[in-house]
Amino acid sequence: MTGPLHRFDQPGTYIGRSVERADASRLVEGEGTYVDDLQLPRMTHAAFVRSQHAHAKIKHIDVDAARAHTGVVAVFTGADINPLVKPYVGILTHLQGLRSPPQLPMADQVVRCQGEPVVMIVAQSRAIAEDACELVQIEYEPLKALVSAEQALDKDAPTIHPELDNNTAWVREIDVGDASAAFSRADVTVVERTFLFGRHTGVTVEPRSVVVEYNRSDNTMVFHYSGQAPHMMQAILAKHLDFAEENVRVVTRDVGGSFGIKIHTYGDEIATAVAAKLLRRPVKFIADRLESFTSDIHARDHRIQGRIGVDSDGRIVALEIDDLTGIGPYSMYPRTSAIECNQILNLTGAPYQIDHYRARGTVVFQNKNMMCQYRAVGHPVAMAVCDSLLEEVAGEIDMDVVDIRRRNLIADDAYPVTSATGMKFADLSHQQSLERLVELMNYDQLRADQSDRRKKGCYRGIGLVSMVEVTNPSPMFYGVGGAPISAQDGATVRLDAAGALHVSCSITESGQGTHTILAQIAADVFGVDIARVKVSTGDTAHVPYGGGTWASRGAGIGGESVLLAADALKAQVLEVASSILQTTPDTLDIENGVVVNADGDDKISLDELGKIVYYRGNELPAGVNAELIATRHYRVTDYPFVFTNGAMAAHVEVDIETGFIKVLDFWVVEDCGRVINPKLVDEQIRGGVVQGIGGALYEECLYDEEGQYLNATMADYLVPMAGEMPDIHIAHIETPTCTSTLGAKGAGEAGTGGAPAAILNAVNDALRPLNASIFQMPMTPERVLNALKA
Amino acid sequence: MKNKEIEVCINGETIQASVPVRMNLVDFIREKLGLTGSHVGCEQGVCGACTISIDGVAVRGCLMLAVQADGSSITTIEGVSENPVGSALQRAFVEHNALQCGFCTPGMIASSIEYIEQGGLSDRAAIREHLSGNYCRCTGYQSIIDAVASVVDQRAEP
Repeated sequence: MTGPLHRFDQPGTYIGRSVERADASRLVEGEGTYVDDLQLPRMTHAAFVRSQHAHAKIKHIDVDAARAHTGVVAVFTGADINPLVKPYVGILTHLQGLRSPPQLPMADQVVRCQGEPVVMIVAQSRAIAEDACELVQIEYEPLKALVSAEQALDKDAPTIHPELDNNTAWVREIDVGDASAAFSRADVTVVERTFLFGRHTGVTVEPRSVVVEYNRSDNTMVFHYSGQAPHMMQAILAKHLDFAEENVRVVTRDVGGSFGIKIHTYGDEIATAVAAKLLRRPVKFIADRLESFTSDIHARDHRIQGRIGVDSDGRIVALEIDDLTGIGPYSMYPRTSAIECNQILNLTGAPYQIDHYRARGTVVFQNKNMMCQYRAVGHPVAMAVCDSLLEEVAGEIDMDVVDIRRRNLIADDAYPVTSATGMKFADLSHQQSLERLVELMNYDQLRADQSDRRKKGCYRGIGLVSMVEVTNPSPMFYGVGGAPISAQDGATVRLDAAGALHVSCSITESGQGTHTILAQIAADVFGVDIARVKVSTGDTAHVPYGGGTWASRGAGIGGESVLLAADALKAQVLEVASSILQTTPDTLDIENGVVVNADGDDKISLDELGKIVYYRGNELPAGVNAELIATRHYRVTDYPFVFTNGAMAAHVEVDIETGFIKVLDFWVVEDCGRVINPKLVDEQIRGGVVQGIGGALYEECLYDEEGQYLNATMADYLVPMAGEMPDIHIAHIETPTCTSTLGAKGAGEAGTGGAPAAILNAVNDALRPLNASIFQMPMTPERVLNALKA
Repeated sequence: MKNKEIEVCINGETIQASVPVRMNLVDFIREKLGLTGSHVGCEQGVCGACTISIDGVAVRGCLMLAVQADGSSITTIEGVSENPVGSALQRAFVEHNALQCGFCTPGMIASSIEYIEQGGLSDRAAIREHLSGNYCRCTGYQSIIDAVASVVDQRAEP
């Protein structure tokens, strides 16, 4: 740590305390405002007729009956909407070779996955719009659906896009050191496994939602959306709907869960914006649950062949992976659908010292819904593959799973370190985290208990993971590749005439507690009671320019921008105060809303100072230019990403008669740098763990061989509910990042990134005495029983 | 489209309205009455976000038609603070950080009121079981269980 940081370590400050969320008080009263709560004069409602086929030619569309239906305002097809939209292409130039054909919001002649919008009905109510959808007749000529990635990759497979020579979107290879030589060494034990990760999706309880307004007089658009990146959406809408960027205003209020789902370019939302412009009246589109399942981006869907080699001391000598992933018919815009594979290649083995690493990733188009970035992008796959291989090989050489990690984790005093894949790591604490975990979970006693129970036919397992999480990304994540995605964020802090502080920041709130932590930072740095800090986010007309909240960047980047702005404002206020008090600024400070002198005596309240500046400027000395507002921006430099680390463990029981897995306990030791609000961080980590457990045990988007989605309801797509989840124990190691004054790293995705590996390892640990194992997620009862039969 | 006249008492206020016979109760409450605190997540009774209290029973607002509510007394999240259990739960949810995005919270509180009013204990497994019809995607559920258990315990204190 460098600079004047120790102020945050002093008691009595807000940073580091479990301050309650002001927003929570509002939300428990039902006073939230989500997009569907907006009711505007003359507002219309959109519904879509979507493709029933995974791959088909559209022969004919008959919308006459729908158009004639009472209450229908307009009916649009791709022929009406698409010509008004500049096509978008989901590539990034730094992902060399990635290709994807141009996309348009609605299907045009060919549908390439089930759920693609074909006809849009705009009506006086959503119910009427849905009635009219039933009246639309579409004649299709079904084409061969390429559902699995393997099918799409087959050399005889037809191409999903005629302009491409095959269905491959991207291939990346890494070859560091000499993996072949390392694997073939006589003293090396090699373990090889094939891992299957099912598709899952975010299932935000609030579906994707937009209300779009258009004013013809000044050609402006207001896009109310439930999402994470208002400025990105502003840039996209302006570019592809041909607006000056300043004429598009994007507004985000309360967001009912996002997890990366609501950060992409969806055809139905773009079509809604076009419709609002054509109709010159507000159009609302709220996805229903079927639309959510079939059109919200999916994630994972990887088949990985993995190989690890360790020497007789249990030291990893080489690691190799080969990833095949299907991404749907296009690469999603603007973040692309190759990032998950890229992350897997970059992050597999990241916690460990590995000299020889070889990886290959193949990303293919297929006739399924599009795949893109969802919480913990790539991490659950990368962590599960490496740590499962590590525990498997530990079994081979008869070494304890904690012991083998102790021998391989990058040492806490070794940083900065550059990994085999070129990742730059700093300020991590793998060793300390593992030791804390072992203590927290009472590892030795659990092992003894496990052994006793096995004798009685009770199969319990313990599984661990050591992990990293990508947080606080620099422009090297997206901006460098040409995407309109800002890696920097801005904050404006303003003192009003009553001595209260107003913070506006470009990161967004979707329940993490963004507003609260920004208020904590501003209150601490500036010196006011937190009750006098008001935070606003989410409106491109009123906040500084910035990236928003994704990739666990809110606290680390947005928080630092608020710290810098509050620091700057404080200096400005002390300058004004010193001129009023006829002293020098360095003799003054601000404590609890009052300017004090070096002895701590109250000199002038901020309320009084504000009134002098705003109302009685005549009292200010001539030449004093009182600016009670400051704006600062911050981006991460020197490091492409600020990594966090963690160690997690799961304790499970497998019922070998039914295949059911019960998660008995779960422990997390997380190092997210400076913890700003422990209560908020802890429950966010727990929520992440629960989503990770969901991916490991329950969640999967199932398709049949024709590309028909089989379980697109909340009753059929299983997510963790309260009854299945254990209490989750959390401890922190705090190693502040050297990249900022605040020292905060991200924490939003760690649980989701690490939990599946720990659960997988625990299940295989439970099955080991039965000579059974499973390497497929989700680990459903049926798959467990099959593993036991094998 | 057929309409029918109904009369309901909602959060203590008597409302007479003409509603389409096919309209869901939660749509009526949200769209016609402007009480937008009840949320719609699945429209098939699974997610629990639209859970409200009708004559003291927790029901899914999406599985009932507005016309079926004729003559009943309804409490939505906007009226929950009038109920001492409801108000204690609201306080406890904030204190324990038992919500993030808040979309599931009105339904979660409605189900929790029912649990406590039916004499539910501060047994964590029992609370988890009772709330297993309410979907939360943000928290790990633990803070919600903490909040509900704390209210049960407070009420048990002499």
